Amino acid sequence: MPSTTTGVQLTRWRTVDIVVTAILGVAFGVVFWAWNLFYGVAQPALTFIPAAFAVLNGVFLMPGVIAGLVIRKPGAALFASTLAATVSLLLGSPFGGIIVVYGLVQGLGAEIGFALTRYRRFGLGAALLAAATAGLSTTIMDLSLYYPEFSTGDRVAYGALTVLSSALLAGVGGWLLVRALAASGALSSFPVGQRRV
Amino acid sequence: MPTPGRVVARGFGLRYATRQAWALSALDLVVEPGERVLVTGSSGSGKSTLLYAVGGLLDSDAVELTGELTVDGAAPRAARDRLGLLAQDPDSQLVMTLAGDDVAFGLENAGVPPVEIWPRVDAALDHVGFGYGRDRQTHELSGGEQQRLVLAGALVREPGLLLLDEPTSQLDPAGAALVRAAVGHAVADRSVTLLLVDHDATPWLPLVDRVVEILPGGGLVEHPRSWRPVSRATGLTFARSDGSGSALLSTAGAGFGYPRSVAPALVPTSVDLVGGRTTAVTGPNGSGKSTLGLLLAGLRAPGVGTVRASAALASGVRRGRCAPSRWSAAELVTRIGTVFQNPEHQFLTQRLGDELALGPLRSGVLAGRAREVAFGLLERLGLTAYAEANPFTLSGGQQRRLSVATALATSPQVLVLDEPTFGQDAGTWREVVRLLAELRTAGRALCLITHDRDLVNLLADDELALGADRTEVPA
Amino acid sequence: MSLVLRPAAQVRLSAINPVAQLVALGIVSVTLLTTLDIVTPTLVLLIELAMLPAAGIRSPIELFRRTWPLLLGATMVGVVNVLISEDAGPLVGLGLALRVISLALPGVLLVASTDPVRMADALTTHWRVSTRFAYGALAGLRLIPLLITEFATIRLARRTRGVDAGRNPFAAARLFAGAIFTLLVGAIRRGSRLATAMDARGFDSGIVRTNARGSVLRQRDWLYIAAALAVCVAATAASIAAGTWAPIFVGG
Repeated sequence: MPSTTTGVQLTRWRTVDIVVTAILGVAFGVVFWAWNLFYGVAQPALTFIPAAFAVLNGVFLMPGVIAGLVIRKPGAALFASTLAATVSLLLGSPFGGIIVVYGLVQGLGAEIGFALTRYRRFGLGAALLAAATAGLSTTIMDLSLYYPEFSTGDRVAYGALTVLSSALLAGVGGWLLVRALAASGALSSFPVGQRRV
Repeated sequence: MPTPGRVVARGFGLRYATRQAWALSALDLVVEPGERVLVTGSSGSGKSTLLYAVGGLLDSDAVELTGELTVDGAAPRAARDRLGLLAQDPDSQLVMTLAGDDVAFGLENAGVPPVEIWPRVDAALDHVGFGYGRDRQTHELSGGEQQRLVLAGALVREPGLLLLDEPTSQLDPAGAALVRAAVGHAVADRSVTLLLVDHDATPWLPLVDRVVEILPGGGLVEHPRSWRPVSRATGLTFARSDGSGSALLSTAGAGFGYPRSVAPALVPTSVDLVGGRTTAVTGPNGSGKSTLGLLLAGLRAPGVGTVRASAALASGVRRGRCAPSRWSAAELVTRIGTVFQNPEHQFLTQRLGDELALGPLRSGVLAGRAREVAFGLLERLGLTAYAEANPFTLSGGQQRRLSVATALATSPQVLVLDEPTFGQDAGTWREVVRLLAELRTAGRALCLITHDRDLVNLLADDELALGADRTEVPA
Repeated sequence: MSLVLRPAAQVRLSAINPVAQLVALGIVSVTLLTTLDIVTPTLVLLIELAMLPAAGIRSPIELFRRTWPLLLGATMVGVVNVLISEDAGPLVGLGLALRVISLALPGVLLVASTDPVRMADALTTHWRVSTRFAYGALAGLRLIPLLITEFATIRLARRTRGVDAGRNPFAAARLFAGAIFTLLVGAIRRGSRLATAMDARGFDSGIVRTNARGSVLRQRDWLYIAAALAVCVAATAASIAAGTWAPIFVGG
C-alpha cells in the first residue's frame, strides 16, 4: 500500500474529496454525540480530574487525522475536524459554542503535523506526528480555557498526557481505522484504497 | 428545448483499477436520440458500470478503457452538462433539506440567475407530479416522493440524456409505481434519450422501445419486441405448512415509540410465530415493519404490551426469563436469528470464514465444530470461493446471502429476516427462497419482513399487513 | 435538542444575518479569552442571558435542560483550578466558571436561531467562503438523522451476533470502536455516491455558482455587531476600572 503521494494529488479538490471529508466530519460528530449521551454525562464532571480529561481527549482528534490520511490534501484535517465539532454543537454538546473553536484549532494542529512532512507521507509515522501536533494544539486550548491556574510542571504533565492519548487513539487508532476502511473497499476513490485485487 | 443525445459504443470495454477482471467487454450499442432503452442483466454483469461510463461519471484515474464510447460524438465527460441521473438510494442523491432548494441546486450549479430559478423549479415539480410545495422537508418524504424530487432536480436542467440506475429497487410497490409514472411522463415527448438499468425488466416493458442484455462473459444481446423475462418464481412450489403447532414467540399488543417523536413507530400489534410456519409482515415503508422485527428479535423492549417466548424456546435461559430483550446475546443467538435490512450492519470480522464461525463460537460451540458448520453453509450458498474475502467487499446480493448464513450458523428455532430477497437476481433469489422453504420444513418459525409479493405468495402461511397509518390490517 | 436538522423556527434573533452573529461571537470570545477576572464574564453573561428569549429560549427550565452539563462542567473547572493553584481564591474560581459559561452561550444562541442553509448562504455570499466546500458540508449535514439511526441500529446488531459487553468497560469500548468502523464504511460509500450525484447535477463544472435564496446584510446586522463591540468594551472597561482585569498573557 503506497504511503507516499505525488504532487498531482495536491492540486484540486474533487467533489468526492469534499463530500467524503464532510461525511467523515459529520459521522464523527454523531459518534461524539452518542458518546456524550451514553458515557459523557460524566464528561463535564471529568474536567475535575484533568488527567482523565487529558486521556479522553485523543478521541476528538481522530476526525482530523483520519481525514488527512484518506484525502491527503491540505485542509482536509481542518475541514473534517471543524465539521465534527459543529455537528457536535448542533446536536447539543455539553461544551457549548466554544467547541467549534476547538475543532478549528485541533484541525489546524493536525494540518501542521501533515505539513511537516510536506503532505508527502501518510503512513504510521505521519499519523503519529499529526496526532502529536493536534494533541499539542488542544493542550494549549485546554490550558488557557479550563486550567489557566496550573503551574508549569502541571502544564507539562497535562500536555504530555494529552499528546500520549492523542498518539494512541488518533495516531495509531486512526491509522488502523484507515487501513481497515481501505480493506473494506470503501476507499476505492482514494489513493489509499487503490490496489489491484 | 433540449435536444436528445445519441450514444454510441463500439467494442467498448472497461476495467476498474482495483480489479483484475474486466467489468465490461466487447460492447456494441447505438442509442438514437429520443429512444428509450432498457439495459438488463444478472447482478454483477456491469449494467450500472455501463451507465456511469456513458454519463462520464467514473473517475478517470480509477478505470481503464478500451474501444469507443461517445455521447453526441464526443467523450462522455464533455456531455456531463446535458445529463440527468436518477440512482437507487434517495438519501445518496438529495443535497438540501427543503424540496425546492434541492431542485434549485442543479440550476445554481449552472450559474442560472436567481430570478429565473424559482419559476423553473416550480415547473419541474409540477412536471413530475410532486405532491407538495417547495417548503416540504426532504426527510419527511416517502421514498417514492423523494425519488420524484430527485427526478425533478435532474429534469430542471433540461438534459438530453436521462440515466436511470435501478430507481425503484429500494421502494415499496406504491412508491415504485409513482416513480415509473413520473418517468413515463418525463420522456413522453421524446425530447430526452432514456437509458435505464434494472435487473427486473417486467415493469418497464410498457415504457421502453428496446431491451438489451449484458452477458456475463462479455458482449450485449438485443432482445426482440416480443421478449418477456422468465418470472423468477417459475416452477417453484412449496407445500403450505399444515402445522398448527404452538407459538414459539408471541407479541401481545406490543408497540414502540421513540422518546422524542409524536407518532409511535409501531402501534400495538399482536402476532404469533409458530414452528414450521412462515409469517410475512408487509406494509408500506414507515408502517413499523422493521420496528416489529426489532421487538421480535429481542433487540428492543416494547413500550407497551409484551413480547414473550414460549417455555420451549426459553428453556435454558438463565433465570428463566421469557422476554427475549432480557436475554444475554449468547442466549439470544441460539434461539432467535436475525437478519437486518442492511447486511453490513451485522458484520463483525474481516473474513467471511470468521464471520460465519463467530456466532457458534460465541454460543459456546468448540472451534473445530464451528468451522465445520461455517464451511457447510458457505457451500450451500455458493460462497466458498469467497471464504477469505472481506465481507464488506462482497456485492449486495452476496452480502445478503452471507448474513442469512450467519444467522443460521447457530441453528436458532426462530428466524426474523428483514428483506431477505432484496438485491437478488433471478438465480440467487431462487436459492434463497429454497433455503427458507427448507428451514420451514425443518420446523423453524420464520418471520419475513418484506415488500416482495413473489416471496409472500410462495412461502407465507400467514400475513400480517401493517397499514400506512400504522394500524393493523386484518389479513 | 433536535435530532433533525430542520430549519430553525423563526425566532427574533433569526432576523440577524448569521455572519453578523458570527462576528459578534468572535468579538465576545476574544474579549473573554484574554482575561481571567470575574467582572468581565459576569457582565457579558448578563447580556447573553437577556438575549435568550430572543432566541426562543423562554423558560429557565428549558435553559437548564439544554445547558445543565455545561453548568456542571463550569463548576468543576472553577473548583479544580482553585484547588490546584496556591494563590487563587474562590473568587477566581467563580470567575473561571462564569467565563466557561459565557463562552459557550453564544453558540447556543446561534444554533437556536440559525438554520445551516442560511449560514452557508451567508458565508458564501459575504465572506466568499468556497461554495463547493460550504454546500458539500451542507450535503453532509443533511445526513445526520440518518447516521444517528444507523449508528443505533449497528450497535443493536451486535446482540444478534452473540456479542455483548456485559459489564466489561473494555469490551464495551471495543464494541463501540467496531460500530464506528461500520458506520464509517456506510457513510463513506454513501458520500461517494452522493458526490457522483452532485457531479451529475453540475457541481464540478467550474461554472460560478449562483445562489437561489441569497443573503442580505441590513442595517440591523451592523447595529448588532456594534452593540456586541460596545458591550465587550464596556465590560472590559468596567473591569479595568474595578482593578480586576487580569490579562491572560501577563503573570500567572
